[in-house]
Amino acid sequence: MSFNMLVLTCLAYVILLFAVASAAERAATAGRAGWLRSPMIYTLSLSVYCTAWTFYGAVGYAARSGLEFMTIYLGPTLVFVGWWVLLRKLVRIGRENRVTSIADMISARYGKSNLLGVIVTLMCVAAGTPYIALQLQSISLSFTVFVLDPSEVGLTADPALIAFWVAIGLAFFTIVFGTRTLDANEQHPGVVTAIAVEAVVKLLALIAVGIFVVWFVATGPADILARIDAQALPQWTIQPGRWTGLILLSAIAIICLPRMFQVTVVENTEDKHLATASWAFPLYLFLISLFVLPIAVIGMELMPAGSNPDMFVLTLPLYLGQDGLALLSFLGGFSAATSMVIVASLALATMVSNHIVVPLWLRVRAARNLDSGDMRLLVLSVRRLSISLVLVLGYLYYVVTGGSEALAAIGLIAFVGVAQMLPALLGALFWRGASRTGAALGLVTGMVLWFYTLFLPSFGPGVFLSAQVMEAGPFGLAWLRPYSLFGLTTLDPLLHALFWSLLLNVLVFCIGSFLSFPSPMERVQSALFVNIYDRTGPARSWTRPVAEAEDLLPIAQRILGVSEGQNFFRAQADLQGKQGFLPDITPEFLEALELKLSGSVGAATAHAMLAQSVGTAVVSVEDLMAVASETAQIMEYSAQLEAKSEELSRTARKLREANEMLQKLSVQKDAFLSQISHELRTPMTSIRAFSEIMMDTDAMSPEERTHFAQIIHDESIRLTRLLDDLLDLSVLEHGQVQLNISTVQLRELLDKAIRSSESVQADRKFRILRNRDPEDIEVTTDAGRLTQVFINILSNARKYCITDDPQMQIKVRERKGMVEVDFIDNGAGIPRDKQALIFEKFSRLTDEMQAGGAGLGLAICREIMHNLGGDIAYVPGQGGAAFRVSFPRVLAPRAPAQKSAETVSEAAQ
Amino acid sequence: MQKRVLVIEDEPNISEALRFILTREGWRVDVSADGRAMLTALQADPPDLLILDVMLPGLSGFEILQSLRDGAETRELPVLMLTAKGQGADRAQAERLGVTRFMTKPFANAEVIAAVREMTGS
Repeated sequence: MSFNMLVLTCLAYVILLFAVASAAERAATAGRAGWLRSPMIYTLSLSVYCTAWTFYGAVGYAARSGLEFMTIYLGPTLVFVGWWVLLRKLVRIGRENRVTSIADMISARYGKSNLLGVIVTLMCVAAGTPYIALQLQSISLSFTVFVLDPSEVGLTADPALIAFWVAIGLAFFTIVFGTRTLDANEQHPGVVTAIAVEAVVKLLALIAVGIFVVWFVATGPADILARIDAQALPQWTIQPGRWTGLILLSAIAIICLPRMFQVTVVENTEDKHLATASWAFPLYLFLISLFVLPIAVIGMELMPAGSNPDMFVLTLPLYLGQDGLALLSFLGGFSAATSMVIVASLALATMVSNHIVVPLWLRVRAARNLDSGDMRLLVLSVRRLSISLVLVLGYLYYVVTGGSEALAAIGLIAFVGVAQMLPALLGALFWRGASRTGAALGLVTGMVLWFYTLFLPSFGPGVFLSAQVMEAGPFGLAWLRPYSLFGLTTLDPLLHALFWSLLLNVLVFCIGSFLSFPSPMERVQSALFVNIYDRTGPARSWTRPVAEAEDLLPIAQRILGVSEGQNFFRAQADLQGKQGFLPDITPEFLEALELKLSGSVGAATAHAMLAQSVGTAVVSVEDLMAVASETAQIMEYSAQLEAKSEELSRTARKLREANEMLQKLSVQKDAFLSQISHELRTPMTSIRAFSEIMMDTDAMSPEERTHFAQIIHDESIRLTRLLDDLLDLSVLEHGQVQLNISTVQLRELLDKAIRSSESVQADRKFRILRNRDPEDIEVTTDAGRLTQVFINILSNARKYCITDDPQMQIKVRERKGMVEVDFIDNGAGIPRDKQALIFEKFSRLTDEMQAGGAGLGLAICREIMHNLGGDIAYVPGQGGAAFRVSFPRVLAPRAPAQKSAETVSEAAQ
Repeated sequence: MQKRVLVIEDEPNISEALRFILTREGWRVDVSADGRAMLTALQADPPDLLILDVMLPGLSGFEILQSLRDGAETRELPVLMLTAKGQGADRAQAERLGVTRFMTKPFANAEVIAAVREMTGS
């Protein structure tokens, strides 16, 4: 295939990616991003883990070392399946704190330390540059391999030149879709979607080559397995130590790689996507690694000796004349490489611009005291510059090293580099005691060791470290030899570097954390991070655009109170000779406002708030720390105050309630005494008047004498009954009544009550309607008291049911252990407004139908029913007066200590 | 001419006692338990004296007294109020409304007779 054809194909593919990315961006901007935020897109974007190293290098790795290439997939699989709790916490913290990169994450956790941000950024760039170079190399390599006829290509096929143009193209793509806007949560739907498409392409390509190899070159899986056995080389034997080390390394890499952090955490839109990814991503890894070994084995069998096994995926189809398949394979490799470069350069550029370039620029600007400008444009420009810078670095590395390394080696070197961030990252998530000093020292230690034992030697003897240093150690110190530090000679260089760098990193991190004292800001942040799940709301954001008086007024109102804030603003406007509430933002005004606010929230907070709002100053870390400690003090103080005032108001409420209760009781007592007085004096009046008449009157007929004596007698009885009722009520109300519990037939009790009530207005005809069957219930209760209640209701009906044909219906039913007896007469009933009153003491509704009662009857009934564990209620809407008496069929013997609040509330009624 | 007294009292035994002692003193005694019904009759043909209970069904003794004092014919009518509640507040209210005499139950018959005589100047 011609070179130009290949370039055109690549261009067409890139244009497709552009189209996909811009469509996704448009959809996201228009708010139609539903499908963009699916867990599948998220999972596919994670496949940025699988770079050209995976696509081409894994086969080479398999050809050289057998199944060992699997370790690179096993690590991530273990993390996603077994430790996704960690990922979930990482994602949650990342989103709530609007973390923009792994450097931002570590810096934010350790007191927003920019020093840490710088260290992490430098480390990521150092580890990421060779990796990006590796991708450029693989693309240019695949170009040269693909073009069969070198003469046709001529000068244009210079690999370095190809790499250069690829770097330019990728920088362009990343800038267009990675820096369109300066979004607060730093998400790039266009990039993510393009990556997802590339993920599909590379998987399909590798599977297609695999299927071709297994079923068309070989005769099927069995054949392949036989050929694998035949090929088995001595170096293919599994080395458990090395396997463990490599699995650990790739597990760390999936967490710490800047590009993985970018897609896993920064681009994550929902926690639950992670749940899908926890099985879908390992599945993707499984599929992409499925055909690696078959391709390697067939390649070694068929390809001429000396051909690069790293390119088998591409060269095998070409060699077998499958140009179409080769093109697909080429696009797969192209996808793998470009997606890695795009995401890595985006992630690295974010770090470089946020932690190095922008802080530097701000410092320079502050020194020159320049006017404030639009920061957003600045940040975007810096971001674009950083992307170019990262790619230039990658390109330079490629040119310098000459692209001679085996792909897998570079990948693993980068892995060990990024692994140095693991201790600080885990500390950030799980250890509140981890401090900034410890993290910085650990990171630097790990980075230095990585540099010395792995990175620098990787260039080969003589480039950075002389052969003599490699052989005998610097200054002849043998224990400092890069590949056998402290005399450790048994490990291969990779594991040796991993072992020492991580071990000393962790040690220094822990010791540094124990020995240093965290600043207030660190304490605040560590609580926010480690206890992320304890909080619900999002973290406070300090970013605020340039402000107007209109923006400052709400702040002032929020802190000073609405009217106070408005008054202050009006007074200030007045001072400036302006009407209304909005003074000009003058330095004098800001000073006055700051002073005013600092009275409420403390000086540091007031300063920081205004500085943020007005946008004329950058809030320094020191400012923020002062704010944090001040806020902590204020919060503690106000929490104490709150607790105290809550306690006070609780006490006050209790007192008020007790007071109200006493007042109510006092009023009730007065009314009760007044009622009793009336009820006692009335019969007493008759008795006294007639006894005086009988004393004074000389001539009195015997009839008159008898009549008057009868009245005196009746009124005396009335008086006695009143006193009896009062005593009865008192005993019942205080729960001191002695109940005589026995088991009797309800029907018999009703019979007895009806007979007893017949003495009331015995001359009136009164029909009782009963259904005797349901009445056949054995009840265990105080029969005498229950009968008293029945008699009272029946007597009342006889007295008050005034109609031509007075009658009463008695209905009995039992449900859930409760017996209900309804007494319904056919009289006028009780008016709605009186229904609530009838059970109160002395609540005789009418005096016209005076029947000698004092109005205590129903009150006594109610107390009796309460004592029997039941109730009596008026049932409205039954056609006449209707009372429902309900009580438990079997009354349990009363517990002695029942007299409590209930008695008090009864008395209060 | 025989003097006329109206007793508004809802306790039949008490009104019977009052009727007996006042009749014995030579009065013509009318008894009613319903103050509302009596109000119009009182305006049309006022008796020489009114004995009024406080706790009455329907209109209370105080309300009746107030209507009487508002009416032209009964403004000066002597009213003896009897109450079984016997609280200071009731006496004060009765006096504010213009009661002529206020007595608490139980009363001595002689006291009632003396008060009646005094109020009617007989």
